Amino acid sequence: MSTILSRGPVAPLLDDAPTPDGRRPLLVRWGHRLADVGWSVMVASVLLLVVVLVVALPDLFATSGPLDSDPLRAFQPPGPGGLLGTDQLGRDVWSRIVHGARFSILIGAAATGIGAVAGVLLGLLAGLSGRIGDEVVTRGLDVFAAFPGILLAIVLVAVVGPGIPTVIVALGIAAVPRYARIVRAGTLVVRRSGFVEQSVTFGLRRITLVLRHVLPHAVVNVPILATIGLGTAILAASSLSFIGLGPRPPSPEWGAMLADGRNYLSNAWWISVYPGLAIVLVVVAVSVVGRHLQRRLEHREQP
Amino acid sequence: MSVVSIRNLQVSFPAPRGRALPPPAVAGLDLDIPAGACVAIVGESGSGKTLTARSLVGLLPRTATWSADRFEIAGRDVRGLGRRDWRRIRGRTVGFVLQDALVSLDPLRTLGAEVAETIITHRLARRGEAQDQVVALLGSVGIPDPAVRAGQYPHQLSGGLRQRGLIAAGLAGRPALLVADEPTTALDVTVQAQVLDLLAAEKAAGLTQLLISHDLAVVARIADHVLVMRHGTVVEEGPTAALLSSPAHPYTQELLRAVPSAASRGHRLGSRTGDRTPLERPEPDTSRTVVVAENLVKTYRDGRRSRVAVDGVSLSVAAGETVGIVGESGSGKTTVARIVLGLVTPDAGEVILAGHRWSGIGEAQRRRLRHEVQLIAQDPLGSFDPRYTVGQIIGESLDAARIQGAERRARVFEVLDQVRLGPQFLDRHPRSLSGGQRQRVSIARALAPRPQLLVADEPVSALDVSVQADILDLLGDLQAETGTAILFISHDLGVVNHLADRVLVMTGGRVVEEGRAVEVFSRPRHPYTQRLLAALPSVGEVAT
Repeated sequence: MSTILSRGPVAPLLDDAPTPDGRRPLLVRWGHRLADVGWSVMVASVLLLVVVLVVALPDLFATSGPLDSDPLRAFQPPGPGGLLGTDQLGRDVWSRIVHGARFSILIGAAATGIGAVAGVLLGLLAGLSGRIGDEVVTRGLDVFAAFPGILLAIVLVAVVGPGIPTVIVALGIAAVPRYARIVRAGTLVVRRSGFVEQSVTFGLRRITLVLRHVLPHAVVNVPILATIGLGTAILAASSLSFIGLGPRPPSPEWGAMLADGRNYLSNAWWISVYPGLAIVLVVVAVSVVGRHLQRRLEHREQP
Repeated sequence: MSVVSIRNLQVSFPAPRGRALPPPAVAGLDLDIPAGACVAIVGESGSGKTLTARSLVGLLPRTATWSADRFEIAGRDVRGLGRRDWRRIRGRTVGFVLQDALVSLDPLRTLGAEVAETIITHRLARRGEAQDQVVALLGSVGIPDPAVRAGQYPHQLSGGLRQRGLIAAGLAGRPALLVADEPTTALDVTVQAQVLDLLAAEKAAGLTQLLISHDLAVVARIADHVLVMRHGTVVEEGPTAALLSSPAHPYTQELLRAVPSAASRGHRLGSRTGDRTPLERPEPDTSRTVVVAENLVKTYRDGRRSRVAVDGVSLSVAAGETVGIVGESGSGKTTVARIVLGLVTPDAGEVILAGHRWSGIGEAQRRRLRHEVQLIAQDPLGSFDPRYTVGQIIGESLDAARIQGAERRARVFEVLDQVRLGPQFLDRHPRSLSGGQRQRVSIARALAPRPQLLVADEPVSALDVSVQADILDLLGDLQAETGTAILFISHDLGVVNHLADRVLVMTGGRVVEEGRAVEVFSRPRHPYTQRLLAALPSVGEVAT
């Protein structure tokens, strides 16, 4: 592809093309771009960056191991002793949340990734194939979508056996119809649009046409859906672990902690409130960043 | 007595975030409409004509602020009126016919209910009696079987009937003034003639009217007095006949000169000097045909019903020739264009493109020939991938020909230059361009792979008349420079008459008349062509 088609957002598309005010220093341009982003996106990005660090290097943040219990210090309220208090077995809530991030977020993200990729492919297939192909794919997805996602996951886990990989695949499959439907709808609209018809007259190969003009427009809503789906997947993973189909109880999984602390809500609210808060923060941060990315993807130039 | 009397109307909008304050949208407009007169405001988009019309019913956009030294409707000062007062004026004192009949009717309500609304709102009749009034009203605007039509929904009505229905709704409150904003835009020429006849009849019956239009010919037919607006101010006004025959202001002259017609054939439309300059163009090379289509037939099936869109159409276009296809909506002209473009496979018939078989072959074979025929679409913005910049859009038609690197870049610059856009447009997004610039980009893209044939499907029908003139001039120049043949699809007889060498007249999927444009337009033989030409309003024809 020549320079004219390169899509770098920062580099001018043509080296010799005159820019209105000349090229500014790199740092200045970065500064301008940061200022354009808005504070909510910045806060969310910083939070996600921290979460990524926590997932990668939990020991850097935790004050103790996730399973270190001290029955004498059970039900300690949040305060100077332990940052977020301790649970019924005297385990440090903060350290468990830090270590649990790995379980909850990785399961949710992997399941969402599987669901989104498979959904995009199936949706594209349904939208581009003829009536019969579309009908087969769509009806097949309807059958899947008719079951509640969590039930589908339970059935799959029950058949294949418990464990983290199974939970990921099961939740991923359960999420497929949702992505496939929206991609199929997008594909149907885009393939009838003027610019797709116009590109046919250029004599482009079908695969080029689909990758260049259909796919990017058909998937614009997937990031948004995926951010919502990520939250759902994290919750579903927690539910599965609660009924013993996911990571087993001592594992510091956020949803499991939430369920665990439920029994002590009246006298030790911190056991379940903080893991819940962690889920909320992560889901909100992901969705804020997701929406921002979507705006960028749509490539809307301000008039 | 004047029904409307306005002095020094100002309408302005606040500055967009981070930008300078825009000039006022309407700046110091004076308007008087004597009782029983028809006054027209003519102007291009952005001239402030629609805002002026909307100010008469208190429907300016929320963000707009307005003031006037005098603003009287039917003798009443309407400055500072509240929403409730305006509601009493709307429909009762001023009837408003909105632009675009096709979308201005509620698809979930019958035509009768829509028209009855004004009558019931203003308590002009009791519910039971309203129905009779509605039927009488629909009959009076020339809707056949008014009692039946009143019970029908917009999708069951043709464009002409919908527009008449809207006018009936505007008249329902027996207003002192009827404001019609572009009442015939988007209508076929014969339907437009019927609507204009209806407005003329209402005027004869004593109805005061304010007509808003971009089309001088429409105005010429019914208005007594014309105001020409530009950038929010009235540049010239006067009695219709005098203004159109001897316009004083250069802008009015330019507008009149920009109207394509038989008189402008072989000349440029957009000259800024006084006289028309001739357009130098080599004679088409009739010995070499670029495309030949024979006996094309295309039937569309929708469930059990089938509709013959194209029924035995044959055509040929020679190198360097411009062939026009004129017809009203549903005539099959666009389907013919799509068959020639290889986007639709005909049920029967054959197309030969540049000496090769073009119909009935596989897409893989077709791809090698695709660059020979390129499309200029009616809506350029819709034909651009919204993510692409101008450079990417134009460059894309070179991809299939595997033109890359420096050669590709050079070609993009070359065609941008040919359509009189500079290299500074390369990184722009089409959304930030004006309508004329977008159509230029679309033309540049079509030219890039050096096609032998351009198919232009209504390329200027969405443009203002002066922009249309520029684009038509550009097409003429490009044809002279490159020798490309053009198949020009249009509903606008004036445009086709202006630039086509030969013309095909289509109706109901058939070509009813074909020949040299000069002959077809001056001596039409088929009754349908005669009807089309008779319905065409022209600037020369002035209301008496």
